Amino acid sequence: MFETILSKFVYVLTSSINNGMPVLFGATGEILTEKSGHLNLGIPGVMAVGGISGVIAAFFYGQVPDMNPVLTILIPMLACLLGSLVMGLIYCFLTVTLRANQNVTGLALTTFGIGIGNFFGASIIKITHVDIPSVRIDATSKLFKATLPFASKLGWFGEIFLSYRFLVYLGLIIAFIASFILFRTRLGLHLRAVGENPATADAAGINVNKYKYFATCIGSMIAGLGGFFYCIDKNGWSNDTIEPLGWIAIALVIFAIWKPHMAVVGAILFGLLLNLYDLIPALGLNIKFPQGYDKLFKMIPYIVTIVVLIITSARKKREYQPPSHLGLSYFREDR
Amino acid sequence: MEHIPALELKNITKKFGSIVANNNVSLSAEKGEILAILGENGSGKTTLMNMISGIYFPDSGQIFINGKEVVISSPKDAFDNGVGMIHQHFKLVDVLTAAENIVLGLDGRFNLKSAVKEVASIAGKYGFDIDPLKKIYEMSVSEKQTVEIIKVLYRNADILILDEPTAVLTPQETDKLFDVLRRMKDEGKTIIIITHKLHEVLSLSDRVAVLRKGEYICTIKTSEANESVLTEAMVGKKISLNIERAEPKDPVDRLIVQDLLCLNREGTPVLQDVSFTARSGEILGIAGIAGSGQRELLEAIAGLQHISSGEITYIDPKTDKHENLRDKTPVQIRQLGVRLSFVPEDRLGMGLVGNMDIVDNMMLRSYGKGKSVFLKRKEPRDLANEIISSLEVVTPSASTPVRRLSGGNVQKVLVGREIASTPTVLMAAYPVRGLDINSSYMIYNLLNQQKSNGVAVIFVGEDLDVLVELCDRIMIIGSGRIAGIVDGRTSTKEQIGLLMTKNVKTHTEKGTEDVSQ
Amino acid sequence: MTGNNTNKVKDPLLHIIKRGSIVWWKSALIRVVAILIALVVVALITLVITGQNPIEMYKAMIDGAIGNELRIWNLLQDTALLLVVGLALTLSFKMRFWNIGGQGQIIMGAIAATACMKFLPGKVPDFALYLIMIASALIAGAIWALVPGLFKAFLNTNETLFTLMMNYIALNFAAFLTFRWSKNSGNNVIGILNRKTHAGWFPDIGGEGFVGRSFLLNILIVFVMMLIVFVYLKYSKHGYEISVVGESEKTARYIGINVKKVIIRTVIISGAICGLAGLILVSGVHHTLTTDIEGGRGFTAIIVSWMAHFNPLYMALTSFLIVFLEKGAIQVASSPALNLDDNFANIVTGIIILFIIGCEFFINYKIVFRKRKGGAS
Repeated sequence: MFETILSKFVYVLTSSINNGMPVLFGATGEILTEKSGHLNLGIPGVMAVGGISGVIAAFFYGQVPDMNPVLTILIPMLACLLGSLVMGLIYCFLTVTLRANQNVTGLALTTFGIGIGNFFGASIIKITHVDIPSVRIDATSKLFKATLPFASKLGWFGEIFLSYRFLVYLGLIIAFIASFILFRTRLGLHLRAVGENPATADAAGINVNKYKYFATCIGSMIAGLGGFFYCIDKNGWSNDTIEPLGWIAIALVIFAIWKPHMAVVGAILFGLLLNLYDLIPALGLNIKFPQGYDKLFKMIPYIVTIVVLIITSARKKREYQPPSHLGLSYFREDR
Repeated sequence: MEHIPALELKNITKKFGSIVANNNVSLSAEKGEILAILGENGSGKTTLMNMISGIYFPDSGQIFINGKEVVISSPKDAFDNGVGMIHQHFKLVDVLTAAENIVLGLDGRFNLKSAVKEVASIAGKYGFDIDPLKKIYEMSVSEKQTVEIIKVLYRNADILILDEPTAVLTPQETDKLFDVLRRMKDEGKTIIIITHKLHEVLSLSDRVAVLRKGEYICTIKTSEANESVLTEAMVGKKISLNIERAEPKDPVDRLIVQDLLCLNREGTPVLQDVSFTARSGEILGIAGIAGSGQRELLEAIAGLQHISSGEITYIDPKTDKHENLRDKTPVQIRQLGVRLSFVPEDRLGMGLVGNMDIVDNMMLRSYGKGKSVFLKRKEPRDLANEIISSLEVVTPSASTPVRRLSGGNVQKVLVGREIASTPTVLMAAYPVRGLDINSSYMIYNLLNQQKSNGVAVIFVGEDLDVLVELCDRIMIIGSGRIAGIVDGRTSTKEQIGLLMTKNVKTHTEKGTEDVSQ
Repeated sequence: MTGNNTNKVKDPLLHIIKRGSIVWWKSALIRVVAILIALVVVALITLVITGQNPIEMYKAMIDGAIGNELRIWNLLQDTALLLVVGLALTLSFKMRFWNIGGQGQIIMGAIAATACMKFLPGKVPDFALYLIMIASALIAGAIWALVPGLFKAFLNTNETLFTLMMNYIALNFAAFLTFRWSKNSGNNVIGILNRKTHAGWFPDIGGEGFVGRSFLLNILIVFVMMLIVFVYLKYSKHGYEISVVGESEKTARYIGINVKKVIIRTVIISGAICGLAGLILVSGVHHTLTTDIEGGRGFTAIIVSWMAHFNPLYMALTSFLIVFLEKGAIQVASSPALNLDDNFANIVTGIIILFIIGCEFFINYKIVFRKRKGGAS
């Protein structure tokens, strides 16, 4: 009896962690960005470009005979980082240097990024005239999905802690490092100051624009990894599925009250909520929902986020609020 | 050896669009001296200092520190050159602690614990009272200023610039600050203090540099200066204000305020036991240190501030009916037939909408009249044109957004509108702040005109000279309480100044309570 | 300071200054130049990706947008559909209420209209069907905007994030309904409703020979809406209150405007017009509900509204520009020679929009090069 409950719990937990991971990458990246005072609504686009860049690289390297395992991992990862970095740079150039409206720029970037993802996802074969029916990156994703061989031998402990692919650990480590940097280092102190009150940060001798660029670009690269993680999961590109994840990542930022370590908890919860419908049997609940109700379950993460948003705004506790200068551009002489 | 000043400015010019903020300004400050920069509001003092601290960059001119030309294009450059500025609007991050704010922007190893220790040692050395781990949003104004000063000292600044540091302080706090500044001067630091308060200049500084309308006028040794010399330098020619003051014509009670109590968000009183009467045909002045409850008082009367207890009664001049204004919204007050006009302190943030043109700003109060769902722009347009011509508003046209007008013209538009509704009560908060002499006199004349029309005028001012020459009676407010009401014709500035600080004791007690929490 | 002696005096190279104002032709010129540069960039990218001659491509684009009468009507209708959402959002934006929930509000309107078309015919008279359908679509859109509006008014809850979340609740609700209402259970396709009776369909205008017969009413509705919104914002007391609240809440309180009331009233209208867009999409265009019926207009309209500086009349131009580009790009991508994915359009419009966004900087700011003293250095 205890064994079955435990194994169900382990299954739900591990699958929630896996499902929540793309969102965690996205949220960690967006938290860094928002802490610098920039609301990047282009995150879905960034994740899409990160994903498709990795997929394309994996696809091309996958054509090479005798794939080197190290390069099979490295090339798509670097391509993903590069692609999302370019998106981050576009966003930064427009909103930081050219002081454009952040909402508008972000949304345009989402349209643009999703367009790139879907377009290349569908057309890369036609463009390059490769003689392959569809973009699959099975070989690459198999390598990415590799887990420690001995994890399953260690019982529930191994299942819960050691059974994941390395990108999961990477996501968790990045989130915790981000938290450490934000709240325990000078870099983080400066970054928070930039997002709260750029005029003050500027007067204190902090290069506001440099911090904004760094935070937004690194944030974009982290978010891009989330898109790539998702593509690995699907063994390739799948149209219009990354955008909702991008919005959930932005939702998770609110849920985590702008703290990456809280985002880890939130990502596991959202991972559970996103797949709640499929997990109902695993949870040992014998409830039968009529067909189609899985769509209603997909609303839950958004509803939870709204509830959190309302509660934090009602409590008015300063520490739980968005960075004060979020969404506003900074011009030193503009006073 | 040639004498080298700690700081020297040569031919600094800065323009904002077509407005010249500083024109060809040259001045210098020595090591171990306190230099006061004196000038009226809008004379370019703050702009000039902002160029030394790296907030603005001069259009032309040179800055020398210890004889070497430097380029200060960012606040970091300023710190690197040993210049630190304490701005009037504190540059602190609210959600961070004092210590975090102090180390903000520094390089090197990050160690908050040692920073906390060093902050404590600096505080000890100069006699500051501060908790380095307290968050800024929990601090009082004077605590925040302390953090600002320690921040600059922590960076070993040799040249400290303070922008109107006493504007927000009680006299006791001011004295304490001046002691600290003198101690720093003895340590060999150069202190530059921006102010327009003559008595501060005389009691604190070694030399005074005077600016007027963006131009450098002169530098005077404080020991050789007195108030009239400084005033003359500051305003150009020696002026006795000579504001006309007619006798009130049969004054009758118009507005009676009784035992008013207002609380702020934290539940502490901002107005307490406030009782007074405003009469028709006279100007009632309100004097007090900035932030003593003047704003709250006017807003309470205008229906913008929640009143916890007490009464505000309006007596209708025609019917003699008593109307209770307490807990009425501005619209309800208007519907009662009370013609209350209010020129708020924050002109472009409250009284006017900066991005709207003059015509649309004229409608702010009157647009709701009539049953039509549409706006009538003819009347406001006529009014706008009338105000532009009668008050000599300098503007390209009536359809220019008011944010493009200069301060004096903005104020004329605002006062013009408020007077146009033929009020029976006119409240004006700091109506001449930042205005040139001519515009100021035009405002005084308008207030006097209203007075002679039988309007009850309430005038909140900061310049005591103006208050004693303009007002029939002067009410002094301190820490939200009435410290006294004196006759404008017989009282002196000194008398009023004394009353202004009367209630201060309770204020500082509150301050220390905050610290101990 | 002693460590400074080696540094040569260096001036910052360039310097950014905010412009007070700019003459109209200069700002127009900046925008035109930006679009031209964007078109060149698009051409280069197309060349790299597809190897197609850029001039041929632009020819194909123009052909795709206005190549025949049907395409022109389609172009006008899509312009109208984007414009009506832009009008809705502009009401909120003028008030500085960042309603990015157009998507959800449109979908809710579409759902309401679909429900009426599916369940009411035969049960109520025709005119009642239309009345109920219009009312329910407007109300559904309004409610979807009202919820974040109420929380904004009373708790100051961040409306950008709130409205964004509402989108996906609506979207999943639509997904749920398309599944439940689908003809062959499980294929998620409702199919054209009332194909024979045309109950709940907007009527055609003009005879069989008129190509625009099924488009004209939709376009006219939006055109009238544009005029109404323009007048409402510029000449009505409500519009004036929206501007005051948007510019400064403090001023609004000072003159006694009930800020909460204005916020709530305006988001209701804003949401209702989005609901109208949903109604047109269902009753006037598609006659069915699909999950992607909204077509990204909720987001694109934000850009439309912002590019037009929140002026309803200019918005007609900016919507036209974007729809023109999209239509053209789709045509290019799907031409038999290339046979590429439709999403090529998103890339093209994305690039051009990003350029337009960027060029605003040169309208609002001026770059000044610092003059060197005496020319010597």
